[in-house]
Amino acid sequence: MRYQPVNLGRWIVWSFTVLLMAVLPLVFSQGFAITLLSQMGITIIFALSYNMLLGQSGMLSFGHAVYSGLGAYIAVHALNLASKGQLWMPVSLLPLVGGLAGAFFGVLFGYVTTKRAGTTFAMITLGIGELVYNCSLMFPDFFGGEGGITTNRVVGQPFLGISFGPAIQVYYLIAVWTLISMALMYAWAHTPLGRIANAVRDNPERAEFVGYDTQKVRWLTLIISAFFAGVAGALACITFEIVTAENVGAIRSAGVLIAAFIGGVGFFFGPIVGACLFVYFFAALSDHTKAWLLYLGLFFMAMVMFAPGGIASLLMMQLPVIARKRFKELVPHYARTGAAALLLLAALVLTVEMTYKVSVDSANGTAMKLFGVEFDAAGLEPWALAIGLWIVGGGLFRAAWKRLSQAWGEIQADIAESRA
Amino acid sequence: MSAALELASVRKSFGNTEIIRGVDLAIPQGERHALIGPNGAGKSTLFNLMSGRFPVSAGAIRLNGEDITGLKPFQINRKGLSRSFQVTNIFHNLSVFENLRCAVLWSLGYKYSFWHRLNGLADARARADEVLEAIGLASRRERPAGLLTYAEQRALEIGITIAGGAGVVLLDEPTAGMSRSETAHVVELVRQVTEGKTLLMVEHDMGVVFNLADRISVLVYGEVIATGTPEEIRASAAVQEAYLGTLHKAEDGAHA
Repeated sequence: MRYQPVNLGRWIVWSFTVLLMAVLPLVFSQGFAITLLSQMGITIIFALSYNMLLGQSGMLSFGHAVYSGLGAYIAVHALNLASKGQLWMPVSLLPLVGGLAGAFFGVLFGYVTTKRAGTTFAMITLGIGELVYNCSLMFPDFFGGEGGITTNRVVGQPFLGISFGPAIQVYYLIAVWTLISMALMYAWAHTPLGRIANAVRDNPERAEFVGYDTQKVRWLTLIISAFFAGVAGALACITFEIVTAENVGAIRSAGVLIAAFIGGVGFFFGPIVGACLFVYFFAALSDHTKAWLLYLGLFFMAMVMFAPGGIASLLMMQLPVIARKRFKELVPHYARTGAAALLLLAALVLTVEMTYKVSVDSANGTAMKLFGVEFDAAGLEPWALAIGLWIVGGGLFRAAWKRLSQAWGEIQADIAESRA
Repeated sequence: MSAALELASVRKSFGNTEIIRGVDLAIPQGERHALIGPNGAGKSTLFNLMSGRFPVSAGAIRLNGEDITGLKPFQINRKGLSRSFQVTNIFHNLSVFENLRCAVLWSLGYKYSFWHRLNGLADARARADEVLEAIGLASRRERPAGLLTYAEQRALEIGITIAGGAGVVLLDEPTAGMSRSETAHVVELVRQVTEGKTLLMVEHDMGVVFNLADRISVLVYGEVIATGTPEEIRASAAVQEAYLGTLHKAEDGAHA
């Protein structure tokens, strides 16, 4: 039989993931890197939970931050109660509290949102998101108003030397929860409910005619997804020691949608890739440029238009080519196209940064520094250079792209022929 | 013993237009019954009423003596009535095998389980593979259903319909759009997979109808004008007039 009780490849991938998560903070040990890695872990859980809805069940939600945010709020209150000694609870189990809170609100709101699928579902989630965000400003006792609720993650006596004070200890707590959540969500995708969720995504009508109440499938899926969103929320609460209205807001909801989509919703590992990239964009780029949201937006648009399957699908497309040992034919094409794309990117960055300098930031003069070169954004030469880069880069990219698609087409045709 | 499927004065209107105008029909257990009639007679609408896709406007539908009027499609399916669709209705992104496995999960009692490992369910795998073999798609097991040929998708459509082991099977034009040899294959397939079950099918190909059906009902303008054995239907003057006659006239017209 085809059925394999032990899948070797799967074991290798998972072991490598565990190893990577254990070793990364030793390699990148600066405080900034640890925070970045922690945020990646949290976002991985959040994006995977989001993809249970979007990729696995075909539910486009515009309000997923409601569950992570409310999970974070319940978690922050639980943590504060624990530090007052009114509640016994180790910090390491706080994500469970957040998860249960997320699931609770999943039961509550999900009952309304999952009545319908498709566009109606998307609209209702948008409404619930706005509702909860506004509630967070209306009930300052619970939500802390504009300032949010602050907390201190160091509660009680250290256990085996672990107090969760140092960021590295928080990182490993997040890493463990990320691994558990990843494994559980992967397992969920391979249960009867997970598979029927796929069926409901593909064809809800037919699912009804093989005995499934599609509304109930959506609801149960949403509750489980909200649980993991709540776990992510509680971990964020531990990391930042503050929860504000932003945690339930539309920007957070849009962020997880973008992260999952960039990574690719069609494959389990897609949102993991997307989450890491998104956090990198957010944390690394926002330090260097004020226009980082513009870059993220452009990148998102480019992905939607040219690679709707996300980075995961771009990677998976290479597998049949590699399996037939044809990949090395593509390498020079990829190199040429990539180089041309870099020229275009340089043109874009130069144009955007100079525009920002001239229009928004000119109070302190128009002198600026980019790629280690100092120049005057009001001068003619850098603009001429930008235009030149656009023209040359564009021309080279078109030529390289044409040859790449030709080579790609030939290989695909050969593969199709050998299959037939 | 009560009839497998029974319709009592079933009516259906869309707005002011009455499409089904009081249909009475009783199909005994184990019978293969064909529903024929000209285009627009309401055959597919009747299927949609019986399977719960549309609510009836009046009348009652009973499955094995139990009233199923007003139930949802999934509730009717769980009570043992399964249907196929005239326009292929499958899970396009799932493999052929997964399509069939989805179709057997409820009937094997796994419901909404998220604590069973799908690949650990030997009975679901065995049943799905059994149906896969029966519909002749074993060599297409791992292929996404959306990439199958038309005839293969029609076979899968039948496979999904019968996989759950329902006692009453409704097939909506199983041979629509097929070549002569494909049709012959489907007739054999339908005969084989509905062995011991109650079958009601809509079919335009008279060869298939007279070959497969134990009894035939003729639906014209939302009313059953005749029910009987193939011989009786062939001999019935009313049917000749209302249905077969119009067909012959149409053919004569085409030849002229």
